[in-house]
Amino acid sequence: MTREVRRGGPSAQARGAATAQRPTEWTLVIRPRSSWLDLRLADLWLYRDLVMLFVRRDFVSQYKQTILGPLWFILQPLLTTLTFTIIFGNIAQLSTDGLPKVLFYLSGVTPWNYFADCLTKTSETFNANTAIFGKVYFPRLAVPLSIVISNLIRFAVQFVLLAGFYCFFLIHGAALRFTAGVLLLPLLVLLMGALGLGSGIIVSSLTTRYRDLRLLVQFGVQLLMYSTPVIYPLSKLPEQYRWIMLANPMTPIIETFRYALLGSGTFSWTYLGLSAAMCLLILICGILLFNRVERTFMDTV
Amino acid sequence: MHTVIQVEQLSKQYRLGQISSGRLVDDVNRWWARVRGGEDPHSKIYPSRKARPRSGDMWALRDVSFEVKQGEVLGLIGRNGAGKSTALKILSRVTAPTEGEVRVKGRIASLLEVGTGFHPDLTGRENIFVNGAILGMTKAEIRNKFDEIVAFSEVEQFIDTPVKRYSSGMYVRLAFAVAAHLDPEILIVDEVLAVGDAAFQKKCLGKMQRAAGTGRTVLFVSHNMAAVARFCSRVLWFDHGRLRGEGDTEQMVSRYLSEGADSAGEVTWAKDGESSPASDCIQLCAVRVRGRDGVVTSTLDIRQSFTIEVQYRILQRGGRLRVGIRLLAQEGTILLSSTDRDGDDEDGPMRAPGEYISRCSIPGEFLNRGQYFVTVGCDTPRVRTHFHVDQALSFQVEQTVGTGGHLDDRGGALRLRLPWQVERIGT
Repeated sequence: MTREVRRGGPSAQARGAATAQRPTEWTLVIRPRSSWLDLRLADLWLYRDLVMLFVRRDFVSQYKQTILGPLWFILQPLLTTLTFTIIFGNIAQLSTDGLPKVLFYLSGVTPWNYFADCLTKTSETFNANTAIFGKVYFPRLAVPLSIVISNLIRFAVQFVLLAGFYCFFLIHGAALRFTAGVLLLPLLVLLMGALGLGSGIIVSSLTTRYRDLRLLVQFGVQLLMYSTPVIYPLSKLPEQYRWIMLANPMTPIIETFRYALLGSGTFSWTYLGLSAAMCLLILICGILLFNRVERTFMDTV
Repeated sequence: MHTVIQVEQLSKQYRLGQISSGRLVDDVNRWWARVRGGEDPHSKIYPSRKARPRSGDMWALRDVSFEVKQGEVLGLIGRNGAGKSTALKILSRVTAPTEGEVRVKGRIASLLEVGTGFHPDLTGRENIFVNGAILGMTKAEIRNKFDEIVAFSEVEQFIDTPVKRYSSGMYVRLAFAVAAHLDPEILIVDEVLAVGDAAFQKKCLGKMQRAAGTGRTVLFVSHNMAAVARFCSRVLWFDHGRLRGEGDTEQMVSRYLSEGADSAGEVTWAKDGESSPASDCIQLCAVRVRGRDGVVTSTLDIRQSFTIEVQYRILQRGGRLRVGIRLLAQEGTILLSSTDRDGDDEDGPMRAPGEYISRCSIPGEFLNRGQYFVTVGCDTPRVRTHFHVDQALSFQVEQTVGTGGHLDDRGGALRLRLPWQVERIGT
């Protein structure tokens, strides 16, 4: 049967059929707008294999044809710590709360790296993946999630480095002890991941339209480090300025990290709780915004 | 047979022009208006002080409605920019519609591009997994089908080499092999068969045909009318974002092709007009078909020879121009290509400026009954193309009088009386 469809008005056949088929039978309905809360996390679970394959792909592709391979994971924090020790520790003589300088800086650099990597890499999600996003559907959240998981591997390697230095200093009689705070370590990692993921995808969602945010992120992250206890402990900051540092949710996390492993640092349930709340809030906002943007970003990116 | 896809009033609007940061003000305005009064954000009048309608928006799709039943192979045809790929993108959830609704029953897998997600540094084996997962298969599924995929792609030897070392043919074969082993209820294919050599295309089409045969629904966009005609049971014709027609494949394809072509037997362009296909050296004036009696006509008798004339004006002494035509069959396959320098060697004399007619004679008893299209073009071989008009003209070849048993409809574009020799070689 051939017919020319006239302009205006749905075809009678479509209208008739719409009423004939029961609405509950459809597996998928595509509409112009979805509600903010339509998270489709079930979809993400279906694609979990894909997340792990992305992790593997990123890992393999980064280190193929390099000589040192994953050893690069260790080089960066090593060099950074060395630089900090010389410049901040020895030349500027910043206090390290009585801890060995190398350990102090390394225990700040390690968690910070994880967060910073998560943030910078996820903030490029939409822009870096337009090719693949434009051609096939899969839950877009799979990409930032795979980044956060890949970075965990890097974090684990750097943590081993930290443990190595720790043992070295322990053997040489430094006054170190780890506290029960060690049990909080997985939580801290989770919080950092959530924060990095959340803020990264917020930035990514916004940069689909306003590209300058990407440049902001690149140097912003570097500057942000100075408002955290990576290079000086919170205790050394005068009382009236402490709130500035505490406004950054990474501060309590790093302080707790140091406290847990090295026994010295400001630990407070209140601060940690506030930080956790902020991380969660940012993550939720990020996911909502991301879901909103992923449906239409191909038109504006 | 029930409906698996139902598309209702689907529309997609694109904003044209630069998307600058000034739009933040616009966005905030619109959002505020929406919060305040629940106004339709797609209306062109803003409830803000700058109540000016936004210009520069374009509808890639407008009020498209259709249904697809299970097991159908549906072809989508139309000029470039008609909205076919946009419709597929919406169905594949790559982008969201502006208006309208799509209802789907079953899993959709889309092949909008071959090799999506392939990473050059990974081996073929690793890429099969990544690509397969991106397309929607689970790791277990891929593992089960791994050997089949490798066999289909014919790259067994190189399966553990990084993909960046593959030739383009191998790359395409591997990519398609993965896609071909998807098992969705609904498969959407967008012109991906344009890549690959003929043997491979045949293999892919065969695989798709088998998929369709087992009750899967296929949506197929292509400019290869021959493939569409052979493969699709029904066709949707898109034109400028709207659904211009739907129905039987042959009729739709034929109507689509004859749209562009003029069927009065002649098509002319104004000499001074800007619409005439031209370059700095040459300007096309007209193309016409003349029957044996010299009259311009669009219907020819199957027995008669005829001439295709190309009238043009040479503006300046330029390179070795050659004017040529291509003859296309009803479904768009190219039957032959011929130029007016085919007789001489290419270093023939250059033509002085002036008006010319190049005539090509086509013998009678050569083309079979049916509709044909003429594409006309002019180029300087291996240097540049001066003009090229696809399907400028169409004509019909008809059987007017019965001339005996030879005339049964044999099919095929050509009808030639070929010499046969019968020889007895034994008892």
